[in-house]
Formats: sequence, structure tokens, C-alpha cells
Amino acid sequence: MRRSALVTQSVQNLSRIGDRRTPRGSSWLGGVAARYGLLIAWAIVAVIFSVLPGTSATFPTVNNLATIFGSQAVVAILTLALVVPLAASDYDLSVAFVLTLSSMLVAVLNVNQHWPILAAMAVALAAGVFVGIINAAVILFFRIDSLIVTLGSGTFIGGIVLLISNTNTISGVSPSLVRWVIINRFLGIPLEFYYALAIGAAMWYAFVFLPIGTKLLFVGRGRSVARLSGINVERIRLGGFIVSGLISALAGIVYAGTTGGADPTSGSLLLLPAFAAAFLGATSIYPGRFNPIGALAAVYFLVTGITGFQLLGAQSYVQDLFYGGALVIAVALSQLARGRQALEAGKG
Amino acid sequence: MTVAHGAPLNLKLTGLCKSFGGAQALSDVNLEVRPGEILGLLGENGSGKSTLIKILAGFHAPDAGHLEIGGVPCELPLAPGQFRKLGMQFVHQDLGLVHSLSVLENLVIGELATQHALRRISWKAERCRAAEVLEKYNVDVRPTSRVDSLAPVEQALVAIVRAVEDMGRVRSAHLRGAGVLFLDEPTAFLPKEQVDRLFALIRQVVGTGASVVFVSHDLDEVRAITHRITVLRNGRNVGTVETKEASIDDLVNLIVGRALTDEVHRGPSQRGTASALSVRNLRGRRLRGATLNVRAGEVLGVTGLLGSGFEDVPYLLFGAEPGTAEALTVFDADLRLVELTPRQALDRGIALIPGDRQRDGSVGSLSATENLMLLVLDRYVHTGALRWRKLRDDAGSLMESFDIRPRCPELVYSSFSGGNQQKAVLAKWLQAKPRVLLLHEPTQGVDVGARLTILTLIREAAAEGTAVLCASSDYEQLAQLCDRVLVIANGEVAWELTGAQLTKEHITAQCLVNATVPAAAVPAWQQ
Repeated sequence: MRRSALVTQSVQNLSRIGDRRTPRGSSWLGGVAARYGLLIAWAIVAVIFSVLPGTSATFPTVNNLATIFGSQAVVAILTLALVVPLAASDYDLSVAFVLTLSSMLVAVLNVNQHWPILAAMAVALAAGVFVGIINAAVILFFRIDSLIVTLGSGTFIGGIVLLISNTNTISGVSPSLVRWVIINRFLGIPLEFYYALAIGAAMWYAFVFLPIGTKLLFVGRGRSVARLSGINVERIRLGGFIVSGLISALAGIVYAGTTGGADPTSGSLLLLPAFAAAFLGATSIYPGRFNPIGALAAVYFLVTGITGFQLLGAQSYVQDLFYGGALVIAVALSQLARGRQALEAGKG
Repeated sequence: MTVAHGAPLNLKLTGLCKSFGGAQALSDVNLEVRPGEILGLLGENGSGKSTLIKILAGFHAPDAGHLEIGGVPCELPLAPGQFRKLGMQFVHQDLGLVHSLSVLENLVIGELATQHALRRISWKAERCRAAEVLEKYNVDVRPTSRVDSLAPVEQALVAIVRAVEDMGRVRSAHLRGAGVLFLDEPTAFLPKEQVDRLFALIRQVVGTGASVVFVSHDLDEVRAITHRITVLRNGRNVGTVETKEASIDDLVNLIVGRALTDEVHRGPSQRGTASALSVRNLRGRRLRGATLNVRAGEVLGVTGLLGSGFEDVPYLLFGAEPGTAEALTVFDADLRLVELTPRQALDRGIALIPGDRQRDGSVGSLSATENLMLLVLDRYVHTGALRWRKLRDDAGSLMESFDIRPRCPELVYSSFSGGNQQKAVLAKWLQAKPRVLLLHEPTQGVDVGARLTILTLIREAAAEGTAVLCASSDYEQLAQLCDRVLVIANGEVAWELTGAQLTKEHITAQCLVNATVPAAAVPAWQQ
């Protein structure tokens, strides 16, 4: 079937939120601030909590650092899953539900059905890939906005999870998974942190040093340009959804290993933090581009702040304040930067 | 005819002048529109028609000039939107309808805009009123239909009805209920056989004492519908004629500025012998069977009036738009156009430089390097990684040889000027050394210096053996650039110009003349 012309612009416009690139005209300092602003802010937050009387005893400890790095691996991996379709200007709201599905499949198959853990994990990963293919098939074939399709498919998957789990929390997954995720440590930090790091590094390499990364960027920014340059836009978008499904499923496996089981609902609470981190990450390292390193930095910046406030005695509300606020601020920041860029472009 | 002699003119413009920078767009232009009259406004692209209309719409401020409406002087410049209060309305080619809404909603939007936002709308009453209005003008569409479900001609009718109703609602003291409706190329995209419905409506509109100014390139239509015709050339009045007394040749002479010599349909020029690309019976959106071939080393121009289908040719031949052809041969390889994709076209050595630089040619928020090197990225993978330094260096030297300034490969593309952006798009495609180069409006929105550079680059590519096809409505550019020019009219190749015929005047004249249907008779009402 011929895929004629022009894919809806709306998707592209949506994800141009966060679109920024420092022109050479701006000052060197401004460029550095834009690139590394998030890392600098992170350092400042860490220093403040290290010297603040209320937290100076509890914050800068090995244990706390291990908690900060270890506890957020699931969110970090989920954020990385989002970055790929976002870079192609596609929204994937189903990632958190794929995470829940994957962790539940591991728990049901391993605990209830007594499957070997590796087989259960393989099924979970396959399910993630399958969801990605279905998402992409509907979006590309019917040319519907990805936001709508993945909102629907995500909720649908949520229903499936309730069905296969009988709305029960299942615990007791194979101790070997738990060991390889959270018990075993390297430099005092659970292994799951390094999994997130490894996925981030692999993605960074693909984004920057492989032609596919630049092609993905063109697919996201200018579908028509990409198509007329001979890039198979549909195939790249399909690939984006498959990768996002696969990495979400991986996040689900890590989730199962972290909690030793699965529960049918709490995974969906990770959707907003992942979006907040992905958008905040797009303001840094490669400003204006959804990028894995920025996304990881954003995840850990946010959790550092949250942990600090919790040590000060704040309750769980601080999480919502942070993630919700961060999402809006990140988008507003990039919008501001866009205005500035347009001004500077206009001057030339 | 309903022209009332002695009555004040519906609109009178005198001594209108406007310059942009150093260029004089209008000098001392006069325009008189009588009550109940359909006035044709003719002139080639750049003759000043659109500037004149934009001044009346309050979009530009004139340097000098005097405006009277219904015999009452109005101060220029007009404020944006003031035209409504003066009883003027404009229907542009794009019609300004919201396609996803109903006819009813489109009709009432003008009225709603003037009312309090919280006033309750009685949709039932509005629906009845809309039905009445549509019936009054014999427009046979249902108020509840979505605009995009209507035929193009019906959409045009709805747009005109809306304008007329809005005009009537103003009841300007100046105009005693008349008014002037400007139709800016309303028929360019309509099938010829349906234009009569539009004309019936236009005649009904002027029956009430209002006037219509009809802007078009289609001389047949202008002759069929108008009472008088005013022609602009290079920003000046060159004449106003009674339509009954003007032949097509008279009009062409007025528009182009000199008498036509007899055209000889000569055989194809002899430069280059190897056919690079040939296509038989090419069909697409507006193209209804064009047969053409481009030889290696030749620059072939493809042109015509807006809506004639000429602008589809490069996109169809690149597989970027759906279309069919009986046969397509690219350097002795037979291809199937139906299955052609941009990727395959690229692999055959075909390159397309699209007309819409912003949307199709480049991504403004990415760097010059990324935009320039997208096609050749795969060549820069070395031991599993892209060599960015080499990419940037090569992008830099590309910018040097194509004279793209400033020479900063890392600068975001949108910060380059239009001319430099277009040179960059050219550089992106020419570095791949295409064997067939398809161009659409290659110098649109480009400054004079860059234009010359771009035309030179295209000629150089041809000199090296590339077959170039350039679709453009810039007749001057075609005259400078091309070895041969094909004129497309009504979706078919109507004429071929070569050699000494390749002047701006000849090309313009052929576009105008060929768009007319030979058997077009002056309709009975005018005789």
C-alpha cells in the first residue's frame, strides 16, 4: 500500500515542546548553562541537603546514596523507554502499563505456574514487543494520534493485568531474580542501577554515533523532510514503539526483582515521573532533544530533591509536588528557550 | 446589464502608489468599480494585483492614493478589518473555510465574531436562516453538511455566500447597501465544467447593486463573466476595456506588453541525445495525462497557470505523491510509477528539491551539518560510529563550494537567510550527484544574489550531464534557465517552447492562451 504524503503535524508540534538548540551567537556561558544546567542544579541540591542542619547527618551517607541510586532504577529504565518514541515525535502512554503487565507476567508464570524465571522473563519481554507492534500498527495504519492510541491500549493492558492477577498482589518471585536486581551490589549500589546506566549508554551511542539516531531525529522533527530524503518513516516509528515496549518490559522485570513480586496497579503511578524526567532531560545535555543521558540526569535530580525533603520530614506528597511541578517547569523552560531562539534567528 | 449611469461608483481608487524597499509595486494606479458591475482585474504574477488587494484589506499602507467608496472619501491607509465596515469582502483562493465544521457553522462564524461570547445561540433558528440564505442564492447544499464533504465548487459557493451575507449585514451608510466583493482566483482549482454554478451566483450577487472584482488568470472565464476588464502591468494601469470588445489576443497583449508573433510548434531541441527520464501519460492530483521526456544535460521547464497541474510533475516523478503512468523510463530502466517510493527514486539517482523549504526541504531546529549530510550519513560510519568531525568538516567545505553564509556547520538551520537555506537544500541534494534533478520553484523567497547563484548551480549540474526538470511559475526564471519549456494546461502538455521563444513574454502568453478552451463561446447573456 502506498503511504502518501503528510503525516499529521500535530504530533510533531506536540513534541516540539522541548525544542531548543543553543545558537552559536549566544554566549559561551549561556551554552554551558543550557547544556549542564540540570547537572549543576543537581549538584546544588545535593550540597544544600548535605549541609542543611536537618539532613546533614542523614543525607550524605553511603546508605542514602545507595538508596537514591538504587531505588530509582525502575523509573530510570521506564524514562529511557519513553525517550525513543518521544524522539520520533510519538507519545507512548502505555509504557507504565507494559511495565505492570511484564512484572505481573513474571510473577504469575514464575510463582503461580512454576515456570523457570528465565522463561517467564522471556514471555514478559515478548509481551512488551507485542504491545509495541500493536500500538504502531494501529497508529501507522489508521494514521491516528499516538497519544490517543496508547492511552487506550495502556488502559486496555491495565485491564488485562487485573484479569490475569485476579486483582491480587503476587509475591515470592525467584530469589535469583531478586539477587541479580537488588541484593547484589557493586560499589555499594544495587545492580539494577547499572542496568539502567547500561541501557542509557547503549541508547546514547545509538542516538549520537549511529546514523539511525540522526534519522530518528529527522523523523521526529520533519516527517516530510525525512520521507523525501528516502528515510522509511513508518519503519522507524514502528521501531520506536517496539524498543519502547521492550525497554518498558525490562523495567517491569526489574520492578518484579526489586519488590520480589508484582501488584496490579502501582506501576501506573510511574507514568508521570517518567514523563517529567523525559521532558526535563530534554532541556539538558543536548538541549531541545529528548536524550537518554539528560533523562537519566533528570531522574536522579528529581529523586535527590525528593529524598532530601523526605529526610526533612516531608510526607509522600512531596513526590507529587516534585514530579508534577518538574513536568510543567521543564516544558515552560523549553518554550521560553524556543522564543529566545526564534528571536536570535530573526536577528540573523 | 445593471450598470446605473450617473450613480456614484461603488469604489474609486486614484493615484495609488506603493513601494517595497526600492521596488515600486504600484505606481499611480486607478481602479473604478461601478455599481452592479463585474470587473475583471488581470495581470501576470508580480503585476501589482495582490498588492492592490492587500492595501484595500488594510494589510499594507500605501505611499499615496485616494479612495472613495460610494462617492464618499475614505482615508488611507485602512486599518486591518476596516474593509468590513466599508462594505468590502474578500474571498481568496483558499476560501478561508474550516473544513471540519459544518456549512452552518462556517456561515455564522462571521456573525458570531461580532457578538458577546456568552450570548446563547439558537442553532435551530440559525439553521433555518442558513437554509433560507442558501436557497436564496440557489446553492444546493445542506447546512448540516461538513464542508470537506462538499465538492470544491460547492465550497467556493459557500465561501462566496458567506462573504455576501457578511457584506449585507454591514449596511454601510457609505454604500447604501451595495458593496464590493473581491474574488481572488476563485476558480484556479475548480473543474472547468462546474465554473458555471459559480458564475450564476456571481451574477446574482451583482443583481442587487453590489459589485464584484474578479481576479483570474483564466482569460476564458474573465471574458465569460466580466463586464469590463482592468489590466495591470509592472504596477501600472495599462488599460481598461469593455469585455465585449476585447479578444483573447488583445488581453494577452495588454498583460504581456507586446504583440504576439506567430508561434511555431517546433520539434524538440537537439541538445543531448540520451533520454534520461521519459514518462507517458502521467496522471496525478491535477495532472490528467502528461507525456514528457528530459534528456541528459538538458534543463526542461514545466509551467502553466496555478491549478493546471504543472507543480505536481516533480513530486509524481519522485514517488512523493500518488499517481499513475503508462510507462516510466529512467536511464533505460523501466519503473512502475504506482510503486515508486522516494527511496527507490533516490537509488535510481533521482533527486527532488521541493518548493516548500520549511516543510519538505529541511528541519529548521537542527544544525546545518545534520541537514546537509542527512542523505550521506551512512558513508561516515567508521568502526561502528559516525565520524562527526569529518561530517562537520565536509559540511563546511560543502558550504564553501555552494557559497552558504555564514560558514558555520553547527549553526541551527533556521538562523540562515532564505537564500542561504535554499542553497543548503541544493547542496544537500547535489552532493549526491543525481542523474535526474527535479526542482519545484527553486528560487522562491530567495534574494537576487542567491537566485543567481542557484540558477548558476543548476546550469552547472546540467552541464555535467544531469537531466534537470524545473517546475515553476516564475516565467522570467524559466526563460533564463531552461533549454525547453512545456506549458501544461488543464492537466495536459499543451505547448512546447524552445530556442528564441524562450522569453518571459512568450511563456506568459502561452500559459494564458493555452488555458483557454478553443471553442469557448461568449455566453448568450453578454451578446
